[in-house]
Amino acid sequence: MVDVVRHDVVIVGGGGAGLRAAIAACEADPTISVALVSKVYPMRSHTVSAEGGAAAVPPGSKDDSLEKHAFDTVKGSDFLGDQDVIQYFVQEAPKELTLLDHWGCPWSRNPDGSVSTRPFGGMQTPRTWYASDKIGFHMLHTLFQTSMKYDRIVRYDEHFVTKLLVDGGKCGGVAALDMRTGKVKAVLGRAVILTTGGAGKVWPFTTNGNIKTGDGMSAAYREGVALKDMEFVQYHPTGLPGTGILITEASRGEGGYLINSEGERFLTTRDYGVGTKAELGPRDMISRAIILEIEAGRGIDVPGKLGKYAHLDLRHIGKEKLETRLPFVLELSRTYAGVDPVTQPIPIRPVLHYMMGGVDVNIDGETIIGGLYAAGETACVSLNGANRLGSNSLTECLVFGARSGCHAVARAKGGMSQSDAPLLEQAKGESARLEALRARKRGGETLSGIRQDMNTAMETGLGVYREQAPMDKAVRDIAELKRRFEQVSLSDTSTVFNTELTTALELSNLLDCAEAVSTAAAQRKESRGAHARRDFPKRNDQEFLHHSLVYYGANGPRFATKPVTLGVWVPEERKY
Amino acid sequence: MAQVKKTLIVTRFDPDKDQTPRTQKYEISVEADAKVLDALNHIKDHVDPTLSHRWSCRMAVCGSCGMNVNGKPKLTCKDAVSNYGDVIEVAPLANFPVIKDLIIDLEGFMDKFKAVKPWIMVAKERAVEAGPVKQSPDELADFKQFSMCINCMLCYSACPVVSNEPDFLGPAAIALGHRYNQDTRDEGAGERNEIFRQDGGVFSCSYANECSEVCPKHVDPSAAIQQAKLNNVLDWAKSFVVQRGGK
Repeated sequence: MVDVVRHDVVIVGGGGAGLRAAIAACEADPTISVALVSKVYPMRSHTVSAEGGAAAVPPGSKDDSLEKHAFDTVKGSDFLGDQDVIQYFVQEAPKELTLLDHWGCPWSRNPDGSVSTRPFGGMQTPRTWYASDKIGFHMLHTLFQTSMKYDRIVRYDEHFVTKLLVDGGKCGGVAALDMRTGKVKAVLGRAVILTTGGAGKVWPFTTNGNIKTGDGMSAAYREGVALKDMEFVQYHPTGLPGTGILITEASRGEGGYLINSEGERFLTTRDYGVGTKAELGPRDMISRAIILEIEAGRGIDVPGKLGKYAHLDLRHIGKEKLETRLPFVLELSRTYAGVDPVTQPIPIRPVLHYMMGGVDVNIDGETIIGGLYAAGETACVSLNGANRLGSNSLTECLVFGARSGCHAVARAKGGMSQSDAPLLEQAKGESARLEALRARKRGGETLSGIRQDMNTAMETGLGVYREQAPMDKAVRDIAELKRRFEQVSLSDTSTVFNTELTTALELSNLLDCAEAVSTAAAQRKESRGAHARRDFPKRNDQEFLHHSLVYYGANGPRFATKPVTLGVWVPEERKY
Repeated sequence: MAQVKKTLIVTRFDPDKDQTPRTQKYEISVEADAKVLDALNHIKDHVDPTLSHRWSCRMAVCGSCGMNVNGKPKLTCKDAVSNYGDVIEVAPLANFPVIKDLIIDLEGFMDKFKAVKPWIMVAKERAVEAGPVKQSPDELADFKQFSMCINCMLCYSACPVVSNEPDFLGPAAIALGHRYNQDTRDEGAGERNEIFRQDGGVFSCSYANECSEVCPKHVDPSAAIQQAKLNNVLDWAKSFVVQRGGK
């Protein structure tokens, strides 16, 4: 038997988007009951690792405008962002960051007490609000602490959602593994919002934490919702070699330089398309520039595992400013790279960071399944198109978390009824499936072995630069790894906190995401934003100005497309 | 990078099978610059998949991977194996019930966390159209440090009062409540100070200072508690003056 609990709105994931959706739902309706279901305690969510800041036109700014923020985002997206979504986003952004202020976010301040902003890549004006270099941490904790005001938010911490309960085209809840008891719980509600973040752990070298395993993306995919624009994955230019730990773009916002082995500030001396923006060009272009510098023999080498890299030089910024503006960069560099940025350049190289793609949703966060929503990195509302601008994603969590939260309330209170029986049947089936997986003794495949091979396939085929043959090979490799996954045997039969079981579930979700990424990428025979192909180096609006959709199929994925919403800005060559 | 040999003695406990915790010895090779967490992950991936521990960000900000290493509370993703000799003992944090292996029960803390009302309280809701509240850099500095807690629980493991008095709100929760009391945007200090004055509140702290010594984020909860004590005394004195004056 499975335990059953009932709420109006069920939110899966307790990071920035999920917490914002929960608060929005409570504020929209004083009687609403919200379940917040997360495989980790909310303060562990990966929003915590964001560093540089959150973008919004500062209220009362003379130099900035909503139109400028919108255009920067459209251009940053290489014209693949939906322009209605972008316009709504920039309009809501200042309100959302103001709310965060009213809830206690410790924004860094100007001497007059106003919120400080800093320049960021691909943005025309300084519109990135920040809290030193830990905005993700402060945003997450501010939202989590604020959510505690509402007794109507009932948390199911350390509950791993493994299946959506869908019947008759409507989502009526989720099945969740209570990690502490090992039992499955049916969490019923007439609206479900997926906010579980991205799937960076598909790749070996990533800024993402261990929990970023595409759980929500996979759950929606398995129920027939398309994953959209999955080929567009962002390599952040500055990760620490070895660990992949993020060194924030704010380092360049505060004046940092990128330097090659010849001591040259290559973004100013060579043409990488970023013009006078130099280090403040968009992430896709800067990551490519670093790779090309390394390929041209101007990378810096150390013997051993780390490979070649470039230098991020912050020394000229000075100790005092570094300690105030970038204290976390100092801590991370000293602890994880053994260098002190006050006196030494930081070794960096491009690192997998963020997925522009995700669950296909409309501007309200709705999927094609009634009552099923998604927001934040899990979703693809088409704000970021082919390349996200740094500091737009935290604001995206807030803007579209809030909007999906409000729409979920309307749906939950909308009076459409749904019979419980088929949902509970599915939850029971899920319980049996997990029991079988926990006890599974099949072939000699191991979780770490399959994960390593998935990592290699995706790093080789879906890196900063791509070509047809390696991508096709990745597609085949992932299909083969899905077969091999069926031959995994588990050795931990315990019920309480069986982390081998959850690791297996996560790996299965990652394989779904890897399948969607490689399938979509192999179809797009052009270069656009973060999808850079050596065999098709130009953008091709004639044939490819469309979104990619990948649908799950038991015998392999199905591919389709859908149009981009333009309307204001006509696609032009993307040059800075 | 050169490999080093280490012997990890890890505390294991499976409530399905074990009456009491036991230890298990693992002899492994890891990179010389590995953290203790890397060593545990190596065991999980390559030696013993039944080992259970929490971790995620591996960059000292999510707060998941606090454990006792050679008897001291440490954030294992930040704690290098090179800090130790050939043998490293890894156990769950002290002063918490253990769920399994290195995983502690956080529920008691979550209740204490909520008890200090860690959110902005205002008499009248602010309008979003008014924009952000002005706050000077000095006003920010009055509470910023106390807002840096990652809830890693090292301070509860180190605190001698928590071990004797389980109901003590404890360093992280008090620092958090004090952080809101110090924030110029907040008007809830009166309410929080009442909570602080109750049994198990700020006056239970014996000023051992262990919390601040083990804090990996330099929050200095001990300073927060001493400031909160002082504010409570002043509050009490002030209420006395106001009452008399009102007569």
